[in-house]
Amino acid sequence: MAETLYDKLMSAHIVREQDGATLIYIDRQLIHEVTSPQAFEGLTLSGRKLWRNKSNLAVPDHNVPTTERSSGVNSITDPVSRLQVETLDKNCKTFDINEIQMNDIRQGIVHVIGPEQGATLPGMSIVCGDSHTTTHGALGALAFGIGTSEVEHVLATGCLWQNKAKNMKIEVNGDLGDNISAKDLALYVIGKIGTAGGTGFAIEFCGTAIQSMSIEGRMTLCNMSIEAGAKVGIVAVDDKTVDYVKGRPFTPIDENWDLALEYWKTLHSDDDAHFDESIVIDASMIKPQVTWGTSPEMVVDINGSTPDPEKEKDQVKAESIRNALKYIHLKPNTSLSSVAIDKVFIGSCTNSRIEDLRIAASVAKGKKIADNIKLALVVPGSGLVKQQAEAEGLDQIFKDAGFEWREPGCSMCLAMNADKLEPGERCASTSNRNFEGRQGQGSFTHLVSPAIAAASAIAGHFSGVDS
Amino acid sequence: MKKFTSLSSIAMPLDRANIDTDAIIPKQFLKSIKRSGFGPNLFDEWRYLDHGEVGMDNSIRPINTDFVLNNPQYSGAQILLTRRNFGCGSSREHAPWALEDFGFRAIIAPSFADIFYNNCFKNGILPIVLSHEIVDNLFKYSGNIVINLEDQTVKTQNQVFNFDVDAERKRRLLNGLDDIGLTLQYENQIRSFETEHFNKFPWL
Ligand code: SF4
Repeated sequence: MAETLYDKLMSAHIVREQDGATLIYIDRQLIHEVTSPQAFEGLTLSGRKLWRNKSNLAVPDHNVPTTERSSGVNSITDPVSRLQVETLDKNCKTFDINEIQMNDIRQGIVHVIGPEQGATLPGMSIVCGDSHTTTHGALGALAFGIGTSEVEHVLATGCLWQNKAKNMKIEVNGDLGDNISAKDLALYVIGKIGTAGGTGFAIEFCGTAIQSMSIEGRMTLCNMSIEAGAKVGIVAVDDKTVDYVKGRPFTPIDENWDLALEYWKTLHSDDDAHFDESIVIDASMIKPQVTWGTSPEMVVDINGSTPDPEKEKDQVKAESIRNALKYIHLKPNTSLSSVAIDKVFIGSCTNSRIEDLRIAASVAKGKKIADNIKLALVVPGSGLVKQQAEAEGLDQIFKDAGFEWREPGCSMCLAMNADKLEPGERCASTSNRNFEGRQGQGSFTHLVSPAIAAASAIAGHFSGVDS
Repeated sequence: MKKFTSLSSIAMPLDRANIDTDAIIPKQFLKSIKRSGFGPNLFDEWRYLDHGEVGMDNSIRPINTDFVLNNPQYSGAQILLTRRNFGCGSSREHAPWALEDFGFRAIIAPSFADIFYNNCFKNGILPIVLSHEIVDNLFKYSGNIVINLEDQTVKTQNQVFNFDVDAERKRRLLNGLDDIGLTLQYENQIRSFETEHFNKFPWL
């Protein structure tokens, strides 16, 4: 029977089925410091053993400072944050799990380092106690976020109970315009189907625009499929995927490489596979996107305006619009390009890879950030991304333009570390969530692409690249 | 896992769509390495007027009397009634931990985000999906609600609504079964799957 890619990936991992639930085998678990301590504690308290240490790879990212930190864990000044990272170190030592520690050059955001190390490979089943695990689907892997109880379950059994998701196809054809990136496409899709539009679905992205998209762009897209509520976001394996994974530290070599290649070539949906839902998008229609509210689906073209709740017929929606505008201190019908910003954040697992930094740097080159910008941060996704960017001179371009160049980590994406917005501050951010208080209590987040973040830093308000 | 069989309580109405896990429990409280004690910081940013941090004495913080959680009418409510896509965003299990610690054992909404929905079952909380119309009506109803998991019913004074829950999840929740213990019963099956899997995919 013709199968979708998601169905193939699921089938390859089924250990057992009972009463509609499926026990699947997990090839890789990625671990970070925030969602794992209680799982390790549970394992210890119940006297259970770790199923297979080699499946796991750990890295601290949420709590790490992005300023000078040569003294490792001791550079974390907040004692509660420090304890969390120390606990990860201790657990990995106790259970003999491979951990990339804080002052290792390979350290970075868990979803950046997985693919970078080749720890994410096509065809793998991958979990992490983090919703943005969907990122790894860009390489044709079955990857999704789980809660802490499930982290413990995977540690103890190597498996996880799953309910099969339905299949959705999002086909994007044509070319994205100049300075329009995967981020704009992701926001556009979420605006179209809503933050619950993908709930219960595995989304496969396909079409000519996806075929011509780089692997890093595909990661941005799959990363944000969770913002559309989807279980996973995946892209079929093609030559780009193979080129990307080749030669990375965890990537197979020699005859294993040949065997792997043979299998990876089968990782696409069959021609006549059945999708429960299909959406077709014309890439050339997509403009740069910016969110105006407190949910990623509250998004418009950069030339657009905030909506008017009085014109919304659905009362629940009208109330959401009112709440969001009230929180974010904007009036109905306000043109986004007239809205001044205080801070700019370029980073996060959505947009902190080398291509993102190249795009932002190309926009910032030879320019200066506007006087009203209090802080513009560039935070590479990993130490290796940082090293590469420095080799290309991107750090200097940013610094010359007035941006701060930082150490890798989650940084201002969620404000668990020292990088956060103050109440009332407005930020153009390349991250993925604009929820109330996400980047700091009482702060306002607007999600944009790296190009728009850089252009807006220079303009001092939301701005496209050309204006 | 904590058992859930039936429950009789008033429902606390939280009339907002898309409530995310950042709102349920803000990130500063995620620094804890424990599983308990999150209740006093449930909905922290909506519930208090000041900025909450770990280690504060919550009993002396200024409260937002406009927020429904602080309305004495609903004190002791074990059911949370809310709108679509509840629990979206971050996968943090601290969200159901906080809800449970505060005293909620069931949540009724037109839809839930996947990971949150899953996490509820692991913590003895029953998430119930009812249609928009029914949820709308429940928002207008202030009496006691009786939830019965075995029968899969939600009863108000005059009405009975049925809800869906998958059989395996129901069985585990009804009996308070330990997920990991159950899975480890199949240890041999997992081992033989693993051997075959690695033969097929030796690079893993
Ligand atoms: S960068 Fe942001 S979204 Fe990504 S893992 Fe870190 S905190 Fe989560």
